[in-house]
Amino acid sequence: MSTSPRILYFGKLTDLTGKSEETEAPPSSIADTTSLRQWIDNIYDGGGALLDATIRIAVDNEIVAEPAPIVGAAEIAFMPPVGGG
Amino acid sequence: MITLTDRPFDATEKLAAFTARAGGAGAIISFTGLVRPMSKSGPVSNLFLEAYSPMTENGIRAAHDDAIRRWPLEAAEIVHRIGDMSPGDAIVFVATASTHRRAAFEAADFLMDYLKTDAVFWKKETRANGDEVWIEPRNEDYTDRARWDQTTG
Repeated sequence: MSTSPRILYFGKLTDLTGKSEETEAPPSSIADTTSLRQWIDNIYDGGGALLDATIRIAVDNEIVAEPAPIVGAAEIAFMPPVGGG
Repeated sequence: MITLTDRPFDATEKLAAFTARAGGAGAIISFTGLVRPMSKSGPVSNLFLEAYSPMTENGIRAAHDDAIRRWPLEAAEIVHRIGDMSPGDAIVFVATASTHRRAAFEAADFLMDYLKTDAVFWKKETRANGDEVWIEPRNEDYTDRARWDQTTG
């Protein structure tokens, strides 16, 4: 049995989710980044905010080309455009 | 040398330590960025910077190593604040040391352009009226960074 990945939110996404780390575990049917985006957008009533292409996804600290599989991932991060320092 | 810190730092002390470390160099350049007290929309009361470790550190390290490859540097150092900051606080310190001045000037400029655009930070301003706004890079920051795409150093 595989454990659920940690799901992290950064920047303006934390305003939408109200948290920096997801507390719900995604259903086992969610196997790639596309379905994960949809699942989270539905939870927070994001109106597509999580589907926006400017939001990049990192799987285990590497930004991935999507759709990407998430099965077996330890950590998944939703990254809005970075703002620089 | 790369440091991310959530504590205030003294840029003067950083420069003294860097100068001691860069013994033998003929030129040292340092840049200190401060939290501006005013944004376009008015006074700023707090700046919050969020990083994603270790991606943030890895990216800065790659830019540091790129600078070392492009210019003949004796040493390079980057210190960046994260977390909550007040206007006037030092937010970033970059120092470079080389035998002659141009390499040190250019490498410091290059590192700052990386830090202002591609570095993995999310930045939120709290305005004096309590509004909180996430900030994205200015177009000018991207134009500055693009200068390095055409040059080989």
